[in-house]
Amino acid sequence: MSNIVHDFTTDIPVWKPYVAPLDLAEASAEQLEALKITPSNTKVSDYVLVLAHDVETLKHRSPLFNAVMYNRGGLSRAEREIGAVGASIVNRCIYCAAVHASRYNQLTKDEDVIAAIFSDGVDAEIDPRLKAILTFAVKLSKCPPDANAADMAALVEAGLGKDEILDLILSTSLFGWANRLMHTLGEPITE
Amino acid sequence: MAENEDVIAAIAGIDPGSAFAEVVAGRADIVALTQQTHDGALTPENPGGLSHAERAALAWRIAKINDHKAFEDHFEAMLEKAGAPDNAARLADIWFDGGSDLRTKALIRHVDLVAHAPKEATRRDIELLQEAGIADADIVRLSELVAFVSYQIRVAAGLQLMRELA
Repeated sequence: MSNIVHDFTTDIPVWKPYVAPLDLAEASAEQLEALKITPSNTKVSDYVLVLAHDVETLKHRSPLFNAVMYNRGGLSRAEREIGAVGASIVNRCIYCAAVHASRYNQLTKDEDVIAAIFSDGVDAEIDPRLKAILTFAVKLSKCPPDANAADMAALVEAGLGKDEILDLILSTSLFGWANRLMHTLGEPITE
Repeated sequence: MAENEDVIAAIAGIDPGSAFAEVVAGRADIVALTQQTHDGALTPENPGGLSHAERAALAWRIAKINDHKAFEDHFEAMLEKAGAPDNAARLADIWFDGGSDLRTKALIRHVDLVAHAPKEATRRDIELLQEAGIADADIVRLSELVAFVSYQIRVAAGLQLMRELA
């Protein structure tokens, strides 16, 4: 018996696609290359196998994703996760929110910030720097984007350097992309 | 595609040699990968069931939904370059819902939903595409197009705000 998860959580659900994942037996050489499939590595998630139907974006998307979230310097990894969480709340991607909220908790060894954000959104009572980051991420994620000069000024006021602001723009925007795949092409379930 | 060498740099007004350009250069790898994904989403070698013209027209539609004039102009120019056949060009008309053509109607409905309110999407929305005869691989191609363009517009919008900091 499986249940669809509708509420924000830090327990990572299982992602179940609505479309058929690529059948590896029918994969092209280009798809196998993008999936980094080797005889010793045949484990690929359903999510990546779904995206492999569009190999010409997937082959750039994976390195891009890693660069945005894990590149050295700039915004801390934990604060990049807040950008991801802000976008995932706006787009209600339960799966992405769970993965990145739990990563924030692991990186900071703190659960209060995420609990406050899940409960109160941009009204969460959190450290001013985190609040400026969350507010900017939420507003940039709206459609049309709603972040303005005052939100940008608030980031500077909160002490973010330009390199950090750039990383926040990138991690937030990246989840405008990821949420639109994860949340629309499948659903989060518990088994 | 020389004129597409860096869409974001052109739209966000990143002037070479400026302090702003120097900050963005710190993430040059991401900017380059963004451009490569743009080309993969808009002008793939194997477009599957979505032609280059249809992709440009739908991207133009997404730019309109995001109220981003510079991206509207960019994708309009790509549509012109793809020959702007009538049946593709009308996909960019925000007042056109697809009329009596089942496939066109399904494409437009889904692009509008995922661009504007992805949180509202459910399993039923994918079933509607499947019932309109759109193959699963093309559903993924369509989804990547909407998702990527939504990303690229947000990167540019954020950079435009950052540029004003001077």
